[in-house]
Amino acid sequence: MADSATETAPEIRPIVPHLKLGETRDQDRLFGSRCSNCNTLYVGPRLFCGKCSGQGPFTEEILSTEGEVWVYSIIHQATPYVKAPYIAAVVDLPEGVSVNTNIVDIEPEPENIKFGMKVRMYTEEVSEDKEGNKYVAYKFCPA
Amino acid sequence: MREVAIVGASMIKFGRYPDRDVAQLAAQAGLEALKDAGAGMKDVEALYSGNLYQTSGSGQRILQQMGQTGIPVVNVANACATGSTAFREAYFAVASGAYDMVIALGSEQMGKQGLLGSRGDPATSLEGRVGSYMMPAVFGMAGMEHMRTHGTSQEQFALASVKNHYHSTANPLAQYQKESPLDEVLNSRVIAYPNTLLMCCPTGDGAAATVICSAEKARQFTTQPIKVAASALTSDPFSDRDLTLPDINTLTRNAADIAYETAGVGPEDLDQVELHDCFATAELLHYENLGLCGDGEAGAHVASGAPWIGNKIPTKYEEDVAPYVDKSYSPKSKAVVNASGGLLSKGHPLGATGVANIAEIVFHLRGQAGDRQVENSKVGLAHVIGLCSACTIHVLQK
Ligand SMILES: [Zn+2]
Repeated sequence: MADSATETAPEIRPIVPHLKLGETRDQDRLFGSRCSNCNTLYVGPRLFCGKCSGQGPFTEEILSTEGEVWVYSIIHQATPYVKAPYIAAVVDLPEGVSVNTNIVDIEPEPENIKFGMKVRMYTEEVSEDKEGNKYVAYKFCPA
Repeated sequence: MREVAIVGASMIKFGRYPDRDVAQLAAQAGLEALKDAGAGMKDVEALYSGNLYQTSGSGQRILQQMGQTGIPVVNVANACATGSTAFREAYFAVASGAYDMVIALGSEQMGKQGLLGSRGDPATSLEGRVGSYMMPAVFGMAGMEHMRTHGTSQEQFALASVKNHYHSTANPLAQYQKESPLDEVLNSRVIAYPNTLLMCCPTGDGAAATVICSAEKARQFTTQPIKVAASALTSDPFSDRDLTLPDINTLTRNAADIAYETAGVGPEDLDQVELHDCFATAELLHYENLGLCGDGEAGAHVASGAPWIGNKIPTKYEEDVAPYVDKSYSPKSKAVVNASGGLLSKGHPLGATGVANIAEIVFHLRGQAGDRQVENSKVGLAHVIGLCSACTIHVLQK
């Protein structure tokens, strides 16, 4: 007989702590934490401030789904779990923070990507662990 | 603080040693450095051991090979700056007067993992899934940032590989001693644009060691003590983007400021530099970070011939370099950069790298660098950076 006390139903989880899942995938959002002492905005949850050494409190802010490519690289050699080549990029969001991401839906060639290019976030399920939990990741595509 | 000198230096040839363990590699470097110093384990009062991949106790295991005299051992880990941080701790131990003679040793056995690998559980970690934090991606993007800001081209970055691979042909201690003309560098497969395979350092096994003592004691051992004129270590200051794109520039600039001020020299006084060219893009960025040229001038600097051995482009590469020569550019520093062949040729066994860079400068300042000797070198700088982030700079003087 299964030990029902330790059994939990599989969940859908964000793959990174700075992604907040909504009811449906189109409601998923990146979020930040703003230091109440020095006003610095961080991506994701935060307990302490690396700028002012404050201990918060931090207020949560939902981040835009649209941003601009700051820099990118085209990765041809990756771990076995990722299909290469792919575009790794740092995307600047209008709130003044930036995120690491992949740019998808364009051929990974330098001539297809421009610095400052407008991109839009979306999310999808990308993996499942052995307990059946599903993981949702965010990506950016040309806006 | 009293004056400190290096009296012994060694580096084993970097490469793959599947039949030896890391303590044996390290012990060989340590014993050779002692022999070079004309000293023995009985003279050594402490060991500072840099190693990144081994669990704690790596330095003690090295002493089981070198001689268990019961001296204190300090094990150091500090990303790619592990070896140079061990050196710095050793330097301060002598400078403070706590010890008269110590060994700083760096070692690593990397197998096939290397910088192209990744950490974390592939099912759930962002790294395994997105791959943005892997070293090649970081240094690819750092190059792209320079491209965005200054218009630097992939070809200009690639010239650093042409130079360093050319230098390596005269370094028997380098893992690879193979030249690569520009088209070969550009046509090798892309790893993380703009870096191709020949613009990435190989990884392997290696060890390097230095024997450090007070300037006063140094006279008992050598007529050619090498003075440690500055030791700087920095971490990243806060910046808005450094949590997404590691900033390899600011902390290097901060370390350079400290090192130049402490040593009382400037970039124009340097005869040579061993800098952290883990990727070709990094080499150009560090020309500017170390003040060898102005901001945005790195592409012109590598093409000017200044950082090449002999301060000029070798005849056989003149044609390769010609399209990138800026005739209006005159180099501020004529420091030869990476006469050893750099990490790009020499290899990058993480914990060993920082001590090896220092040993290389010592060889040159003593005039013992063979065919790659930087002529009449009197002042050298060794720079190492590890991500998340630690930067060391040491200035050495004859
Ligand atoms: Zn704050």
